Amino acid sequence: MKKYNLNHLRELEAESIYVLREVAAQFERPALLFSGGKDSIILVHLSVKAFWPAKIPYPLVHIDTGHNFEETITFRDELCRKLEAQLIVGSVQESIDDGKVVEESGYNASRNLLQTTTLLDTIEKHKFDAAIGGGRRDEEKARAKERFFSHRDEFGQWDPKNQRPELWNIFNGKKIIGEHFRVFPISNWTEMDVWQYIYMENIDIPSLYYTHERDVFLRDGVWLYDAPFMTKKPDEKVERIRVRCRTIGDISCTGLTISMADSLEDIIQEIAATRITERGGRADDMRSEAAMEDRKKEGYF
Amino acid sequence: MMEEKEFSSKAYLDMELLRFTTAGSVDDGKSTLIGRLLYDSKSIFEDQLEAVKKASIKRGNESVDLSLLTDGLRAEREQGITIDVAYRYFATPKRKFIIADTPGHVQYTRNMVTGASTANAAIILIDARNGITEQSHRHTYIASLLQIPHIVVCVNKMDLVNYEEETYEKIKNDFQAFAAKLAVKDVRFVPISALKGDNVVEKSKNMPWYEGGTLMYILENIHISSDHNHIDARFPVQYVIRPQRDEFHDFRGYAGRVAGGTFKVGDKVMVLPSGFTTTVKSIISHTKEFEEAFPPMSVIISLEDDIDISRGDMIVKENNVPDIGQDIDIMMCWMSEKPMRLNGKYALKHTTADARCLIKDVKYKVNVNTLGKILDDKNIGLNEIARISLRTTKPLFYDSYRQNRKTGAIILIDEADNTTVGVGMIV
Ligand SMILES: Nc1nc2c(ncn2[C@@H]2O[C@H](COP(=O)(O)OP(=O)(O)O)[C@@H](O)[C@H]2O)c(=O)[nH]1
Repeated sequence: MKKYNLNHLRELEAESIYVLREVAAQFERPALLFSGGKDSIILVHLSVKAFWPAKIPYPLVHIDTGHNFEETITFRDELCRKLEAQLIVGSVQESIDDGKVVEESGYNASRNLLQTTTLLDTIEKHKFDAAIGGGRRDEEKARAKERFFSHRDEFGQWDPKNQRPELWNIFNGKKIIGEHFRVFPISNWTEMDVWQYIYMENIDIPSLYYTHERDVFLRDGVWLYDAPFMTKKPDEKVERIRVRCRTIGDISCTGLTISMADSLEDIIQEIAATRITERGGRADDMRSEAAMEDRKKEGYF
Repeated sequence: MMEEKEFSSKAYLDMELLRFTTAGSVDDGKSTLIGRLLYDSKSIFEDQLEAVKKASIKRGNESVDLSLLTDGLRAEREQGITIDVAYRYFATPKRKFIIADTPGHVQYTRNMVTGASTANAAIILIDARNGITEQSHRHTYIASLLQIPHIVVCVNKMDLVNYEEETYEKIKNDFQAFAAKLAVKDVRFVPISALKGDNVVEKSKNMPWYEGGTLMYILENIHISSDHNHIDARFPVQYVIRPQRDEFHDFRGYAGRVAGGTFKVGDKVMVLPSGFTTTVKSIISHTKEFEEAFPPMSVIISLEDDIDISRGDMIVKENNVPDIGQDIDIMMCWMSEKPMRLNGKYALKHTTADARCLIKDVKYKVNVNTLGKILDDKNIGLNEIARISLRTTKPLFYDSYRQNRKTGAIILIDEADNTTVGVGMIV
C-alpha cells in the first residue's frame, strides 16, 4: 500500500493554515498582529498560503513602541508593499502623548508594558473581533495551557481559570459584542520548528537575525543595544561586538546573542546547541516568575 | 537537542509528529515521568532548570523537583496541583512529540477528554505497588471512548517492588482482561521506574527478563501513518476562495483540510448537500500543485463545473457518501458546571458546519469508574459521560466517530454565554 504521511513541519503547517481559515470564516473583522519578529513573519507566510491566489483577507497591525529597530520598520513596510497587504500602526508614542499611559523612567524603563493599552485601544478603534498572534506554547510556562482560540472579555482580559475547552480541530469563536479573541495558529510550533520552516520555505527575515556589529552593553547578564534612549548605569560600558537577535521586539527588552551566524544553517546549528530558552534573553520575563502570566491576564499578547 | 553531532536539517525535515496524553492518578509518577522524558531527551534548557531549582529551594525541597517543570499557572503552583491541559514539546532525532499533560482525578475527566481528542497515543501509568485501580479503568475507558489508536501501559515504581517480573505480569494480565471489554486496538506494556530511569530512555539493567523496548523506543516507533482514515473521502469546505485579482479572475477554489480518504485530480466527486457531481480540476496550496491530497493536508480544491458551494458543505465521492441525517446519537462528555438541560436547545459545531440542536433523550449514563450503565438517571452534570439523542435543525454529513475522528465529532455550545458545554462522539 502507498504510504500517506506528512512530515511534522507539513503537519504543523496544515494545522496552522486550518486555524487561519477558521479565523477568516468565523470573524467579521480579524487582524494579524505583526511585530516584525520571526513568528509573525511566519504567520504572514502561512496566511499567504492559506488564501492564495486571493489576498490575505485581514490587515496587519503593528503596535509600534517607537523603540523599534530601524530594520524592523523597513522590513515591515517592504513586506506589506510586496503582498499588497493593508498595514495599521498603533503607536505607543501617541498613547503617551494622549496621556493614556505614563512612560516608565529609570534604568529598566521599557515601553513593553505600555503596549497593552495601545493594543487594546487599536482593537477597539478598528472594532477588531479577532487578533492573530504568534504566541507558541513552548515559549513560556504560562503559555503552555493557552488555547488556539483564546477568549477575551470586554476589557481584553484573559481568565486562565475560565477557558473554553478546545477539542479536535473544532474551534468555538462565538462571542457577544465587545468581546474579542486572540488566536494563536502556531501554538504547537517550537523555536526549532520555526527556524527549520523558514529554512525549508526559504522565507525572508530581517537582517537583525544574522550576525552584525553593534554597540551594546551588558546588564544582568543580558546584552542590550545602546540605542540613544537607553539609560545606562555608570558602570555599564559600551562595546562594539558581533551579535544577532534571537527574538525581535522592543529594543529595551531584546537581549542580543553574541554570534557569528550569518546563514540560516548557522542559526539552526546555534539553536541546536543552545542551552538557554529564547525568552531567557528577554528582560520583561525576568521581573518575576509569574511575570508573563500577569501580563497575559491584562491583555498582553 | 543534540550537542556533539552536527545538527542535521535533512533528518529534522523527515521527522514525524506524534501526539500523546499522559494519565495517572495523583502520585503515580506522571510529573516525574514527563520530567524524565524531557530531561533525558535534552529538551530542558538551562534557564528552565535554574528556575525549577530556585522554585524547589523556595518550597523547601531538598533535591530538584523535575515535576515543577510541568506545572503551569500560578494558582495551580500555589495549590501544588496541575489542572487543565498543558502541552509540552520535545523531539528526538526520529520524532517530534507533543504531550497533552492532563490531571488524572475524576473531577478532571473533561480535561482528560480534551487532551485525548487529538492524541495518537495514551500513556497509562500504574503504580506497581497498587496494581490496577478504579482510576486506571477510567483512564483506559476515556482513551477508548476518544479512540486513541495506541495505548502504552507503564507499570511504574518497579524499583519499589524489587523489579519483580511476577508483579508486572500480574498487572499486565489484569489489564488485558479488562481491556478486552473495551474497543482498544493496540496495547503495549513497559515496566519502568520514572524516578530511577529504568526503561524510560535507557534500557534497564535491573529487569533482564523484560525483552521489549523502552518507553522512548515505543514512542519513536509506533506506526502512526495509518491512524488516519484513508478510505472514505471527506472534504469539509472551510472557506471559499474568490481572488479579486485580474490574473485569477475566474478562479473559484474551496479551501479545507482533508478529513478522510484521498482526492486526486480527475476524481469524480459529489457535493453535499446539493448532490451535484463534478470532477476535481486541481489541488493546490499556494504555488504548489498536487496530484493527490490526503489527511491531514490543508489544500484548495477547484472543480470542473461551476456549482454553488459554501462553508459547511462537504465534497465526497459518489460511491462513498457519509450518513446524512438530523437524528443523531452521541456519546457525550459534559464540560460545564451548569448541568445539561434535557429538552434544551444548544448551538452545535460539526466539521465546518454550524447548526442548532435539541437534546431529546438520555439513553444511559456511564459510571466512569465501574463502566456500568446507569439507566434511571437523566441528570447530566460536569464531567459526566452519557449516551444522548439529538435532533438537529439541519442535516449533518457524518460518519461514526469510530470510523472517522473528524467527521464523527461535535461540540455543543450554550447560546446564552457561548461557552463550549458538551462534546460528543457520534455513535
Ligand atoms: N521509588 C519511586 N518513586 C517514584 C517513581 N516515580 C515517581 N516516584 C515518586 O512518587 C511521588 C509522586 O510523583 P509525581 O511525579 O509527583 O506524581 P504525579 O502526581 O503522578 O505527578 C514522588 O515522590 C516521586 O518521587 C518511581 O519510579 N520510583
